[in-house]
Amino acid sequence: MDEALNELGQQIAQAFPTDVTGYSVNLGELRVEAEAAAIVRLLAWLRDEPSCLFQVLVDITGVDWPERPKRFDVVYHLLSLKQNQRIRVVVQTDEATPVPSAVGVYSTANWFERETWDMYGVMFSDHPDLRRLLTDYGFEGHPLRKDFPLTGYVELRYDEEQKRVVYEPVTLTQEFRRFDFLSPWEGARYVLPGDEKAEAPPSAPPAPKPGS
Amino acid sequence: MDAVKSGELKIENYTLNFGPQHPAAHGVLRLVMELDGEVVERCDPHIGLLHRGTEKLIEYKTYLQAVPYFDRLDYVSPMCMEHAYALAVEKLLGLEVPPRGQWIRVLFSEITRILNHLLNITTQALDVGATTPALWGFEEREKLMEFYERVSGARLHAAYFRPGGVHQDMPAKLGDDIGAYARGFQKFIDDLEGLLTENRIFKQRNVDIGLVKLEDALDWGFSGVMLRGSGLPWDLRKAQPYDMYEEVDFDIPVGKNGDCYDRYLCRIEEMRQSVRIIEQCLEKMPPGEVVTLDRKVAPPSRAEMKRSMEALIHHFKLYTEGYKVPPGETYVAVEAPKGEFGVYVIADGTNRPYKCKIRCPDYAHLQALDFLCKGHMLADAPAVIGSLDIVFGSIDR
Repeated sequence: MDEALNELGQQIAQAFPTDVTGYSVNLGELRVEAEAAAIVRLLAWLRDEPSCLFQVLVDITGVDWPERPKRFDVVYHLLSLKQNQRIRVVVQTDEATPVPSAVGVYSTANWFERETWDMYGVMFSDHPDLRRLLTDYGFEGHPLRKDFPLTGYVELRYDEEQKRVVYEPVTLTQEFRRFDFLSPWEGARYVLPGDEKAEAPPSAPPAPKPGS
Repeated sequence: MDAVKSGELKIENYTLNFGPQHPAAHGVLRLVMELDGEVVERCDPHIGLLHRGTEKLIEYKTYLQAVPYFDRLDYVSPMCMEHAYALAVEKLLGLEVPPRGQWIRVLFSEITRILNHLLNITTQALDVGATTPALWGFEEREKLMEFYERVSGARLHAAYFRPGGVHQDMPAKLGDDIGAYARGFQKFIDDLEGLLTENRIFKQRNVDIGLVKLEDALDWGFSGVMLRGSGLPWDLRKAQPYDMYEEVDFDIPVGKNGDCYDRYLCRIEEMRQSVRIIEQCLEKMPPGEVVTLDRKVAPPSRAEMKRSMEALIHHFKLYTEGYKVPPGETYVAVEAPKGEFGVYVIADGTNRPYKCKIRCPDYAHLQALDFLCKGHMLADAPAVIGSLDIVFGSIDR
């Protein structure tokens, strides 16, 4: 299984020497990294190449890595019914750079790209109808970004006086708590209480008490 | 306001707002339809009215705490959703599930399939005017949900399939009762078919409605019955078998024409095949463990905790900190009753998923509604929606 995927990855890398930046096989799944600008060509090739025939676009989603300069991954999952194989194509982008839309290759890309725009704010160029999909009418922000708070910014309630639903900023009756369950011996990425003393210069010994 | 901007109001076609509270919308679906007389010209589904941010919530939960969210996606086939998630986490952890655990999962996946198809077939019949099947079907669903309750304690939101296996072994005699039920169930399907299959009204409303050619089905990312109804025998249980599906013998029904009626026939036949699988599961299921013995992932038994210090520590650690999953990413799909249900998990080595994307089959199906309804009469839209088998819990997430 892994060998076949490795071969396939090699084949793709050879067909797109400049556009495909790398591939890897992990857990029996092939991941191909590509340049965003070439994604439409790559997807069309994967769909039509007789040895691939990835005719079904299963899913498109985004992944947010805020610490990276190109903070978003756009992940395409394809399925070949002929070869009974799956492939994952990943391209990188940032908030300002649009990714060419795959709607021309797979009709089903439409809603998946709208959802990715809605949830991550990744733009898709040449998309026929890039509206928000899942969030409320008039919603602001992109909820699945890592810097979007879990509680959101607005809440709504029915107002008895105005006889309609009103939007208000979120008020939390108790501070939002996020427990750090990671064991300090293994995963903590902060300075543990007491550890800061190790770095500090040793302080002067306490002055001798008078009279002793 | 949008209508003015996009120039929709200049067109003389009639714009109809279907839903969000309409009995034939199968939940909170809002359709903005453009009608030329009674013919649907364009159909724009507005979804997201049931959006709960499941994927965001899962990023803030430990791997075990994320399980119940999957029940609440497609709430008519809860255990199949858990199955995909459990398989994904097991793949990342490199866990083996004991054979009995795998058999129980297959058994309950098939019960879930019957549950789902019963709801779908009968509500599809309801949408085109038949009341009786819905009443019969819900009675059978209730009996099946009793099996859910006996095995997990909950009729709907079971949280039964967990990474590593299933939560608990089946209670004594449950296997016999399921077997007895399965033997009688073929008779029920015959009765149901007697009401619908050759029913003149049902056929008039469904035959040649919502036709999908195979190329279109692939282009629109269809899976499950929507794909098989168009004639392609593609079933993940056969093509990419997971758990014990390799060991069971069943057939894949396919349709010929790809219309609503063929999809109905496929679902009926799938229920019969599910009964076959259930019988084989009960026959072949060995005794033994149902959940992995890796105590870093699955908790020890209650009785063990009373005596063993180690077990108590494991229990405490599992239900506070959870377990850490090594960094990696995986996409795992199962053949849910509605089609390919996939979970894409990215682990970053902590006790919470970095990302969890849920790929629901009916999301892709609903998106093709415009393509399916174009040129049909308004009254056919509910028939098409009924045969798509959509549930908003999973579309809106």
